Amino acid sequence: MTSLSNDVLLESRGLTVRFGGLFALNELNIDVRNGEVLGLIGPNGSGKTTFLNVISGVYSASAGKILLGDIDITREKAHNISSYGLSRTFQRSRLCLSLSVFDNIALGAQRTLNNGLWHNIVQRKSFAAETQKIAEEARELLRVFNPALPDKLFDPAISLGMIDRRRVEICRALIGKPKLVLLDEPSAGMTHDETDQVVDEILGIRKSLGGLTIIIVEHEMGLIERVTDRCVVLNYGKKICEGKFRDVAADPVVREAYLGQA
Amino acid sequence: MTPTSRTLVRVPVWPLFVAVAFAAVALTALVLIENQKLLGAALAITAAVCFCAARFGGVAATEVAASENPWLLRGLITVASLAVIFVLRDDNFGLLMLATVLIYATICLGLTVQMGYAGLTNFAAAAFAGTGGYTAAMLGQQGGLPDALVLVCGGLVAVFIGSLLILPVLRTRGHYGALTTMAFGVMFNVFLDANDFFGGPQGLKLPGINLFGWDFTNDIHIFGLVLSSYVNYVILTGILTALAMIFVGLLDRSWVGVWFDVVRLDETAASVFGLKIAYWKVLAFTIGNFLAGLMGAVYAKMTGFIAPANFTFGDSLVMVSIVILGGIGNRWGVLPAALIVVLLPEKLQFIQEYRLIFYAVLVIAILTMRPDGLVARRVRKLHTEASA
Repeated sequence: MTSLSNDVLLESRGLTVRFGGLFALNELNIDVRNGEVLGLIGPNGSGKTTFLNVISGVYSASAGKILLGDIDITREKAHNISSYGLSRTFQRSRLCLSLSVFDNIALGAQRTLNNGLWHNIVQRKSFAAETQKIAEEARELLRVFNPALPDKLFDPAISLGMIDRRRVEICRALIGKPKLVLLDEPSAGMTHDETDQVVDEILGIRKSLGGLTIIIVEHEMGLIERVTDRCVVLNYGKKICEGKFRDVAADPVVREAYLGQA
Repeated sequence: MTPTSRTLVRVPVWPLFVAVAFAAVALTALVLIENQKLLGAALAITAAVCFCAARFGGVAATEVAASENPWLLRGLITVASLAVIFVLRDDNFGLLMLATVLIYATICLGLTVQMGYAGLTNFAAAAFAGTGGYTAAMLGQQGGLPDALVLVCGGLVAVFIGSLLILPVLRTRGHYGALTTMAFGVMFNVFLDANDFFGGPQGLKLPGINLFGWDFTNDIHIFGLVLSSYVNYVILTGILTALAMIFVGLLDRSWVGVWFDVVRLDETAASVFGLKIAYWKVLAFTIGNFLAGLMGAVYAKMTGFIAPANFTFGDSLVMVSIVILGGIGNRWGVLPAALIVVLLPEKLQFIQEYRLIFYAVLVIAILTMRPDGLVARRVRKLHTEASA
């Protein structure tokens, strides 16, 4: 397997996150390969979301290492990590509901924008050009998901239904052209059909972007089976199995973790 | 919103004329009228007209017309302001009130950036204004520095004092943030009271403003008319308020405004997408404190005398209540709110002690009927920029 090492986009080595005496992640070694869709599954409380939170800098690691490409991001602050090409969605919607769809999506492109006071207050022409550019990109992305969404670009996010809010969150994660996207339970709060629809859209957009690497945390096994190239199964913060979904699902250790000792 | 649909729709501009004219007349009436029954009637009529305008789309029409014709709006406001000044030209008390309202409104624009945009609770706005005022007084005693610089120094010293408070402000939010700023506000007062160097409870005297040879203590003689010297202060505070309105408006309609909002609404999402929370909070805090310090210095120079009692915690509370009453995050709201909160207690002197009760009941009534404030914040639409 060493021949694959230069293909690894993200790797965690001995990654440990402790909350008091509880090991949320315990010496976790995970490799994410360039261009793959990696499913992260496991029972409730097994550390899936914690893993996403620690690599995106929301939590800090108690021990171990996270490498993104060649860069050690273990001790990086959340606001720096996005500049290395990592973005994410959240389990519970974290859109700013009172702001417009546009404002929310622009946040995803924040680090490409000019935040200087002079530019923002005085050079209004070039600010307007920037706004125009982001609006076009946002419309283009939204159109892939739902042809009706571009017309709602300046509506408040709160006026959208659950599925469209999720789409906006995904657009926000994609507009900054990241290398790695973390999707935390894209199916949460949506019906089965809606989930299927959004997943198709994600796969479609992934194809058009080419080579986007995704880590997806999900409870819906149907979704995991459809979209992932590979799966890692966590239980009590440890990796208990890894491989193609079909093999993982058949693994007795995994079955026991999910169903308990039957 | 395609460009063609924008050019086809002609928005009528007359509501803008009507609205500005009405505001000017109402303002003048509220300042001028001394008779209690007439004042009551004027208040009732103003409230009724505002209610009807909101109910039957007049406010919405005005807003559209204003956003489509920003320069017309600015021109109309300038003309209306000059008309108000002309009518009130020798009413010293009225002019002083008007300038005070504008000073409060501008401080509250700073608070809007802090509380309404970035979500920093600041219950020490009066203390920051006081910092500016005392800076002006101390610099005045030294002499030598031109007044324009003295006023700016008022703002800068307020920013500096604010930066000492940065750590607790960054580490706390909501109620806890309110508590730390409250503590600072109280401390500011106690410190000044106990300190003879700053005049103690007796306070300090300071001379009026002289800007580039324009002496504010002199009456203005123009076209054979004599305007009270207080007109100088109304003009200066009016210009500063207008500049602050434009600045805060541009700030709101820029990336900076969007990032402030995101930091207020969701710090996790903000930092995951690359916003450094501390930077944006410090920026908002700095902008707000500068405005407070600057206007505090103007206030001190205008009244010619300052004491700790001018900048109490109660005054900070009044400023926060203006922001909330006006509609938190809406910069236009602070104007009518400052007018109500500053002017009404003065106008209601005739019911003496009861005036504060009456005023409190009125504020509660307004907030009961309009929980989002007089002018609720609108959703930011950067589409004019985006399709320009």
